[in-house]
Amino acid sequence: MPKDGGIGASTKRREDVRFLTGKGRYTDDINIRGQAHAWFVRSDVAHGMLNKVDVAAAEAMPGVLKVFTAADFAGVGGIPCGWQVTDRFGKPMLEPKHPVLAEGKVRHVGDPIAVVVAETLEQARDAAEAVEVDITQLTPVLDMKAAIAADAPKVHEEIGSNLCYDWGFVEENKAAVEEAFKNAAHVTTLELVNNRLVANPMEPRVAVGDFDSAGGMHTLYTTSQNPHVIRLLMGAFVLGIPEHKLRVVAPDVGGGFGSKIYHYAEEAIVTYAAKTLNRPVKWTSTRSEAFISDAQGRDHVTKIELALDKDNNFTALRTETYANMGAYLSTFAPSIPTWLHGTLMAGNYRTPLIYVNVKAVFTNTVPVDAYRGAGRPEATFQLERLVDKAARELGVSPVELRRQNFIKPDQFPYQTPVAVVYDTGNYHATMDKLLEISDYAGFEARAAEAKARGKWRGFGVAHYIEACGIAPSNLVGQLGARAGLYESATVRVNATGSLSVFTGSHSHGQGHETSFAQVVAEMIGIDAGQIEIVHGDTSNTPMGMGTYGSRSLAVGGSAIVKATNKIINKAKKIAAHLLEASEADIELKDGKFSVAGTDKSVDWSGVTLAAYVPHNYPLESMEPGLEETAFYDPSNFTYPSGGYGCEVEVDPETGKVEIVAFSAADDFGNIVNPMIVEGQVQGGLAQGIGQALMENCVFDENGQLLSGSFMDYAMPRAEDVPFFKVDHSCVTPCTHNPLGVKGCGEAGAIGSPPAVVNAVIDAFHRAGRTDITHIDMPVSPARVWSALNG
Amino acid sequence: MYNFEFVKPSSIAEAVKALAEEGAQPLSGGQTLIPTLKQRLNQPDMLVSLTGIAEMKGVKAEGGALVIGGATPHAVVAAEAAAQYPALAALAGNIGDPAVRNRGTIGGSLANNDPSACYPSAALASGATIVTDRREIAADDYFQGMFATALEEGEIITAVRLPIPQKAAYVKFNQPASRFALTGVFVAKYADGVRVAITGASNDGVFRWTEAEEALSANFAPEALEGLSLSGDNMISDLHGTGAYRAHLCKVLTKRAVAAA
Ligand SMILES: Cc1cc2nc3c(=O)[nH]c(=O)nc-3n(C[C@H](O)[C@H](O)[C@H](O)COP(=O)(O)OP(=O)(O)OC[C@H]3O[C@@H](n4cnc5c(N)ncnc54)[C@H](O)[C@@H]3O)c2cc1C
Repeated sequence: MPKDGGIGASTKRREDVRFLTGKGRYTDDINIRGQAHAWFVRSDVAHGMLNKVDVAAAEAMPGVLKVFTAADFAGVGGIPCGWQVTDRFGKPMLEPKHPVLAEGKVRHVGDPIAVVVAETLEQARDAAEAVEVDITQLTPVLDMKAAIAADAPKVHEEIGSNLCYDWGFVEENKAAVEEAFKNAAHVTTLELVNNRLVANPMEPRVAVGDFDSAGGMHTLYTTSQNPHVIRLLMGAFVLGIPEHKLRVVAPDVGGGFGSKIYHYAEEAIVTYAAKTLNRPVKWTSTRSEAFISDAQGRDHVTKIELALDKDNNFTALRTETYANMGAYLSTFAPSIPTWLHGTLMAGNYRTPLIYVNVKAVFTNTVPVDAYRGAGRPEATFQLERLVDKAARELGVSPVELRRQNFIKPDQFPYQTPVAVVYDTGNYHATMDKLLEISDYAGFEARAAEAKARGKWRGFGVAHYIEACGIAPSNLVGQLGARAGLYESATVRVNATGSLSVFTGSHSHGQGHETSFAQVVAEMIGIDAGQIEIVHGDTSNTPMGMGTYGSRSLAVGGSAIVKATNKIINKAKKIAAHLLEASEADIELKDGKFSVAGTDKSVDWSGVTLAAYVPHNYPLESMEPGLEETAFYDPSNFTYPSGGYGCEVEVDPETGKVEIVAFSAADDFGNIVNPMIVEGQVQGGLAQGIGQALMENCVFDENGQLLSGSFMDYAMPRAEDVPFFKVDHSCVTPCTHNPLGVKGCGEAGAIGSPPAVVNAVIDAFHRAGRTDITHIDMPVSPARVWSALNG
Repeated sequence: MYNFEFVKPSSIAEAVKALAEEGAQPLSGGQTLIPTLKQRLNQPDMLVSLTGIAEMKGVKAEGGALVIGGATPHAVVAAEAAAQYPALAALAGNIGDPAVRNRGTIGGSLANNDPSACYPSAALASGATIVTDRREIAADDYFQGMFATALEEGEIITAVRLPIPQKAAYVKFNQPASRFALTGVFVAKYADGVRVAITGASNDGVFRWTEAEEALSANFAPEALEGLSLSGDNMISDLHGTGAYRAHLCKVLTKRAVAAA
């Protein structure tokens, strides 16, 4: 292994040097000469007729360049949706127009109405107060079940209904599932809510539009997880700018968690305004704005039922879920409660028959889309809560009921009844590992000790499956995706042997600059310090689909491996020429090419130099230079899985739940950088614990977000989480990508919420409160107290 | 924020003079005021900074009481009151985060009288005297409901005098998001009786739980509170808890404060 760390080394994250010393360059750090500033006038009501927007007074204010309203965007397209779901009856989902600025109606608090562009931000803000907006309030649509009643007010009149789609999966299984429930020895039923969350990355969204009138070139700097996707959506669907005249740059990005995948109106508006005004235009979201304009996550209401036979084998599962879309369809919103959720309902189990019904509903709330885990946390939460409840009803151990129904290690590849095929896994192994690292055997003693202190201790387990590494393009195309989901890489070797790797993946906290370099360093056998990872700029990276769904190493890393293999193949040919040997005899080891069985060799830089100074080079058969591009389209999803154990102490007097221990035993396949993996899991766990205990969007009856700031939206802090025990020694490598990797970015947020809630219920039951069989998230002190005293 | 004039006087007299101007407002640590200005929820013509006035800063012991300058930051109280009035120091040391504690001041907190703030409970439970540029106000008369105090227009808190109790403790139950007090109870035992002041709970702001004070004056032990209860009817009910929950917490936390004192 190269000294600076190849595959398997816990190399320190090289990007942290700039982040920790204040040298990161974020979008808000970009200030272009002549830049003007944009401030948005947003709706302060959830639902209303937008009668009039009068900008005359505002445009007369000092420093104001222009106030844009919907009328200025008459010629541009709406914000597109990237996925079309087909409903149970074979009809396409209802897809309302999403104008960049509100037209005729406002549909959620925060819906943008007008944009003031002025010389300074304060001038823009001053003028925004002078924009006169006349709105007639309408009854807001908030409750999903009420929203689909025939006489409910409509969020979008022109589509005639608030029901975006009614999806059934697998529709053909429906009758057989009903039949299995009729024959069940036991049925466990659970109704639950998956609470709506705000992503809240550290860095709020920012967009800077720039226009070069001489060349007709547009540049958008934006806080995006996928600059090429933004270029495609905004260029082709909204503004009509061809790709060669549109450059999208996502520089350092301070976290996304999904919320920075989507194409947002603000991006199109600054790009358009920059051309209209012939001035660079910058918009920086305030934190308050982020709460009402960034796509939010989760928000499902579900009824789920499990049928078991007399021996406690799972025989069928059915669900009915209401999924909130918010007021408009965000980029990938329709796919989250369907293909990223329904396909995961088998979990780790051999349940032979499954039927999932999802009703996606429009409401007068902020749009909802993917958020760390996206659909998979919702599936896992339902299933793992349900299995726990079943075990309690049957009087068997939750661990044993799971084990009994797990897919067995020798059953892989495993075809689930919900379309997907798990390539590898060993759930018994991860469960065993979890019980070991969490000292499950010692729990009773710890519970007794806690009881002596007046605390109720509980232990909760959950075992998750996720589908990552999205995704085979031809498959997702059939499922309604309007994009491919491959990834790209260009490896450019420089004359003296250093490399620049241009990747379509984007790094906004994941540490790609370190781990991708480790992969290439390992393959060539050179120091990782010789390798630069370049990402985030459509002008220098090949078309790539970006970072989400724990796909970067599995898909982006595979593209890098493919491109590096092409490089190595060509370099071997050059080495064969230099060494006057046959290509078949050339071996590459530790950055040196040698002829097998001889002491003849040439080192890496000797070959790279020959490629660029081809004095002694087979020019007749090979081009000079050493640069290769590869695209990798996966043949399947990857299926990370793991067992999570949470230990809580409930203070029965105050209702406060403290997480005193948390253990995670994951199978991520092969690991490139164990330290980064551990960091990803820890972050995911903190986020999942945040959802389980603290975070929540609460809207009042008028559709105002009551938890619209950090004063009321509770984010987890270091003191709210324990020291995690994280293990990833259980490895069943992925069989269909070259690195055998599965992805680790979302696991923590997927597996932890049910583990936490199961632990709370366990604590209740051990204290004799077996009457409480479920508690909704967030399990706040007030909720626990109400449950105990309700 | 909107534009405003800014002055930073170095004496109380100068500050009072500046505050006599139309639209002038005192600025202390700015931990409450600056965020409201940034959100354009407030539009003063002039801010008069109090942090340059030496006579308004510091903690000193004076005849069985601590006298704390109105512009003394929480972090200084946390450090300098620790020996004589540890419960007060602990309260100050647990407000917000280090940045808030290094800027925010006792005078600003008491002037603002946020219904969930910590200091009002200490002042009321200690039977403190609020010293202003023009008079002295007993804590019992000073707090007049949520965000309401006895302060007049342009009047500034120059110091707070807190009699040092024999025993005291503050128990704060954090609101999960803001980490202000969802409910906080300050119990202080003096030679002439026990005072119990509760913040975060009531729609009327900080208040004294007199039944608990009587019971504890007779027997300073958690058991003395058995049988007592508060009604949730006039308590704050919001997304973090109902009035009934807060009423319940008042009792739990009072017991814990007595046990900790
Ligand atoms: C993140 C965060 C967390 C916090 N957590 C807590 C907490 O847990 N507990 C808690 O109690 N508080 C908390 N606070 C509030 C904090 O203690 C503030 O410092 C305090 O409320 C106001 O003090 P200040 O000196 O910053 O006042 P400023 O913000 O400067 O002023 C507040 C108000 O008081 C007026 N004023 C200021 N000084 C005087 C004076 N001497 N005389 C008359 N009027 C005056 C001002 O005009 C203004 O109206 C928190 C604040 C933040 C930002």
